[in-house]
Parts: sequence; structure tokens; C-alpha cells
Amino acid sequence: MHSNKYIVTALVRNHAGVLARVASLFGRRAFNIDSLTASATTDAKVSRMSIIVTADEKILEQVMKQVSKLHEVIWIKQLDEEDSYCKELVFVKMSTPDALSRNAIREIAEVYHANVVESVGDTMIVELTEVPSRIDAFLDVISNFETIEICRSGVTAMVK
Amino acid sequence: MKLSGAQILCETLLEQGADTIFGYPGGAVLNIYDALYQYQDRIRHIITAHEQGAAHAADGYARATGKTGVVLATSGPGATNLVTGIATAYMDSVPMVAITGNVGVPLIGKDSFQEVYIAGITMPITKHNFVVGRVEELADTVREAFQIAQSGRPGPVLIDIPKDITAAMCEYEPKPAVQPTEEGFVVADEDLRRIAAEINAAQRPVIYYGGGIVASGAYQELLELMHKADIPAAGTIMSLGSLPAEEPLYLGMVGMHGKVSSGWAVDRADLLLSIGARFSDRVATNIDRFAPKARVIHIDVDAAEINKNLPTDDFLVSDAKTFLAGVLPYVREAKHSEWRAQIDVWREKLDYKPQDAADCLRPHQIVRLCAELGGEDLIFTTDVGQHQMWTAQYCGRSHPRQLLTSGGLGTMGFGYGAAIGAKVARPNQPVIHVTGDGSFHMNLNELCTTVTYELPVITVIMNNQVLGMVRQWQSMFYEKRYSSTTLERKTDYVKLAEAFGAQGFRCTTPEEFRAALTKALAHQGPTVIDCVVDRDERVLPMIAAGQDIRNIIAD
Repeated sequence: MHSNKYIVTALVRNHAGVLARVASLFGRRAFNIDSLTASATTDAKVSRMSIIVTADEKILEQVMKQVSKLHEVIWIKQLDEEDSYCKELVFVKMSTPDALSRNAIREIAEVYHANVVESVGDTMIVELTEVPSRIDAFLDVISNFETIEICRSGVTAMVK
Repeated sequence: MKLSGAQILCETLLEQGADTIFGYPGGAVLNIYDALYQYQDRIRHIITAHEQGAAHAADGYARATGKTGVVLATSGPGATNLVTGIATAYMDSVPMVAITGNVGVPLIGKDSFQEVYIAGITMPITKHNFVVGRVEELADTVREAFQIAQSGRPGPVLIDIPKDITAAMCEYEPKPAVQPTEEGFVVADEDLRRIAAEINAAQRPVIYYGGGIVASGAYQELLELMHKADIPAAGTIMSLGSLPAEEPLYLGMVGMHGKVSSGWAVDRADLLLSIGARFSDRVATNIDRFAPKARVIHIDVDAAEINKNLPTDDFLVSDAKTFLAGVLPYVREAKHSEWRAQIDVWREKLDYKPQDAADCLRPHQIVRLCAELGGEDLIFTTDVGQHQMWTAQYCGRSHPRQLLTSGGLGTMGFGYGAAIGAKVARPNQPVIHVTGDGSFHMNLNELCTTVTYELPVITVIMNNQVLGMVRQWQSMFYEKRYSSTTLERKTDYVKLAEAFGAQGFRCTTPEEFRAALTKALAHQGPTVIDCVVDRDERVLPMIAAGQDIRNIIAD
């Protein structure tokens, strides 16, 4: 079966160790976790987790069912980029030895609505907040230049 | 009423009907043991030789009764010694509450003496676990632990209690025992009607059932469905005893060492109704060729089991008893005479029929003699390996909860602790622990426990001087390179038993074994019977991993 990236969002009880429980489950069942973010909600007793998994449909079904079996998981849903707000932040630090590369990167950044947040000497840092697929596309284009460091936040998502 | 955390623990255990616990004291549980001293007229505490034995005893107690087993251990090594026992219970969905002490809250995270993060260690082998942070949370935590252990698909839950919380005082209010949640008890009528229609349409139906039948107590309902719709049924090792051994529609065990006829019935079925079973790799040895002609309907209380191992054509998330009772009115009376005649031919022609011997002890004879002399109330427990499969094949139990065996985790050393738990739970039923010379060495220290408590547990060692099951695989798939499986230990089991204060016998023939077992069954304390078995005895039939019924080895 074909593997895809899926976005899964869950509400969990905000107890010590809940992150370890979810991570332990992914380890035990050999599920692939691309990113996981955990954050507060309006209810102090509840946290939100946004997870990106690489899986085929069969494994995704198991991910959903096994995670929802955890006692501290209150609610879980798989999201599509189309029917949800889902964004990720990335910083890319690049080596820009000459004006040519600096200008080229500025042009690409403009196309992707990314911001050049720093340009000092031979390095430049670009920031982009986008859906994960657009970030993947951006990183793909930027990979033609010399990248020093990439830092992705992991996705955060909300149902429309 | 103000009580200490330790007293609250005792009170809440009693609330849940837990009047028997298995455990081992230590520094972090001193306050709890002090409370147990005070509660000794209401809570019976059995001390084992090792915490692993206590965990298996709590498990055996739960398997024999259906009640939640309770085990108590101290922090650090006490807690880690429970791990195999908890994992064993988890794999076989046994309700258990494990209680561990821990160092006091101010000492946590400081690598204090006997400190271990047991909650982290047991995350993947418990349904859930708790670290109690405040004494005010303790009572409700214990209640929630019991509820989780018993609800839906049962399993173990661990509660880790720092020492200072067992000393701290707070207000305690008694509450009634918790009830399992509704998980699995609510099903839609339309689902039952649809599945009944599929059952009614089948020409060659087979029921494949597992431990879920035992967990929900659905024996009568299962039998009613089989009789009404004339459906043969094959069981997993976890289900053995659910149906009367003489029931004509009962196909016996299915899987790697199951009956040839039950294997063919599953292979040729046009409908496989799976109830409370999970298509493990020891049953569906080749998942792509398991029940290849059948429409598969999967009934399980755990939604995650659906499509986990085998893609199903239809399913219902339901407790086995709820499903069976619900579907019965919609299932038509039927006769599948041709199908049953075909199965009878397989039984007659293909099923493995071992030959008895008079001058030596053959494994099947040992098990059958146990079953005969122990009677219909006899509870078997086993360790893991050849003796386990022989016991499963020949124990002939007609009542559930009388074959206690580690089916999922395959834990050598499970059987003696389990036998202690079973005997404590069921003092009026004989308990025989069947083991091998390999497995017995793992936890034979528990002989001191049965001697101390005068528990007449009978250990039958199938002593073939080798690690028989591994050797069998080496013999069949590794060209007889017997790497590290020829034990030839010098242990004298009769002297060993006597050193512990038990009685011991050594037998080489069925006649000698009959005499020894008769004495053991009349004895007030534990017995060890050392049975000399040929090292080349194999468990047959056998379907190798990755193979299917077409490649079954039966001679």
C-alpha cells in the first residue's frame, strides 16, 4: 500500500507523562512519527497534540485506533489540509557567499511568502509559516542552495 | 474519617472485593505492610519467594476466577521484578492491579536508593498506569485502576505510590465497588441482523473463538449458536475449556499445534466468524493464506483488533456475550450435513493420534493421566514449550478457567506462580502445574511458598534433559545443530522437593506415574513428580511459521 503523510490531532488529558505514553506507543507499534507538537488549550486540564505520521491507510487506521485506546486520549481526528487550518513554521539558515545567491533566495522567498528575517555577512535566515506540503515544496526549491541548518516546528492544526 | 494513605489503600482494595493479594515487602512499602498487619483479618497477603512469582500468582488468581488479581511490590528491584508478570497478563488480557511503592516525593528523580521510574518502564505493558501525586488522589486512583483493568478488553494497571503518600493522612469516604464501563455492551440491532444474514447464507461456516469468550463468560451463548445454526467451532489456546470436550461440533484447538481437521475446516470454510480472538501468528501462521475462501467476520471488544492482523469483510465491536445473545434470535436453524460429514472424514483420516506406550512415559499419556486422575474440576497451569502444547492438546477440559497458560507472551516460569494463585483462589479444586525441566528451573524457588502455605500444588515435570521446543525447531529447521539446548542438568528433583519441605517422586512408566499422582492428589502439601521423557518426542502436528495447513507436519 502507498504511504502518505497524514495529520492527526488529538485532545489529551494534561497529565505528566502523557507525551511519553503517545511516543512509547508509536515506538512499540513501529509507527513512523514525522513530527509531534503538544500545546495548551483553553482548558488547563486538556492539551492538544498535533502529529504527522507517514503511513499507508492500513497503518493509519491502527494509529487512530491504538492512540484512542490510551486512557488519557479524549478525542482524536485525522485532518486534511483542505478542511482544516494547519500550519507549520520553518527557519532555514543558508550560506549566501555572493549577491547572486542572496537575490535568488529573496526571489524564491517572495514567491512562497517567506520572510528573510536575517541577512548578515555570508548567511541568511528565512522564515516560512505554511501548510506542511507548501513547506516541503519550499525546502525542495531551496535545496539548490547551500543550506546550513533547518528547523521545523512540527504542525499545529485546528478543524475548520 | 481520617486515614493514612496505606490504610486508604487497604480500604479501597476491600471496596473492590480484593481480599487476597500477593506480594513482597520492602522499604518503600513499609507503611503499606504496617497497614496490612492491621487489616490481616480482612486482607489475606501471600508472600512469595520473588516478586515475579507474586505477579504470576495474581495473574493465576485472576485467570482462575475472573476477578481482578492484585500484586504488591516495593520500589526499584521489587517493581522491575514484576515486569515479566505484568507483560504476561497484558498479552493475555488478564485483569490485574499491580501496586508498587516508590521513594518519597522529595527523593524522586535523585537516583535515590531503590528508585526506578516503573511508570515509564510499564507504559507499553499496561492498559494504563498511575503515579499518585497526593494522598487525596489515592482512593479514586485505586478505584479507577480497578475499573480500567475490568472494562472492555481487560488488562493490567499499575499504581505507583511514593512512600510519603502512604504515610500522609486524609479524609476517606467509602464507596461501592466500581463497575466495568459500558464499552462493548452496546450494539446496534441492524449490525446484528446483517451479521445474522451472513451466517444464515453460509454453506460451510466455522466459528473461530478465543479468550474473549472466557472474559465475557459467553460459553452457553456460544454453544447455543453452534447448535442452532449447526456451526463447528475451533478455539485458540486462550479459550480451551470453553466448550465441553465431547461436544461433536467442537473442532479443538486451531493453529501451529492445533488439530489437522480444525486447520482444514478453517481453510475450506466459506464463512469464518471470529469471536474474541485476534488472528495471532501462532494461529494464522501465514496470514495471507488463513481462511482463504472465507468471508471473515470479526467480533471483538477491542476496536483496534479489527483489521490489525487480518483484513476483515465485516466486523462488530462488541463484547462476545453481548454479540452472541443479540445475534441468536436472528440466526435461523440450519443443518450443514455435507460440511460436517467432510469434517468427520478429516478427523478420521488426518488427525494425529499418538500411540500409547507401557514401558516409557509418553507426553500425551502424562497429560491424559493427569486429566483422568485429577477429574473434571482439575486446573492445569503450564510453563512454556513442548509440555505446554502437549497439555493444551490433551488436557480435555470441559469447563473454562481450568487451563492457565501464557499464550501471548510465552513466559517460561509462569506456571508455578499461576498454580499458587489458582490454588489460593480455588482451594477445593486440584491444581497441577505441568512444566519442563527447562521452564521449572526458572521459578522453582516458589516451592517454598506452597510448602509454607501448605498448598497442595502438584508439579509434573516432563523431564527430557533438553529445551524441547527450541530443540524441535533446531531438529526441523537447523539441521539438528542443538545449540545450547542440551541441558543435561544434574538436578535431583526428588531431593530438591524434599529440601524445600515438599514430597518428590520420579517416574519412568505410566504405571509409576499413576501411583505417584494418586499419592500426590491425596497429599496435603505440594508434590513434585519428575517424569522421564524421551528427548526426541516432538509436538505434533505442526505448521511451521509462515506455512499453512497444506504444509502441516503430522509424522
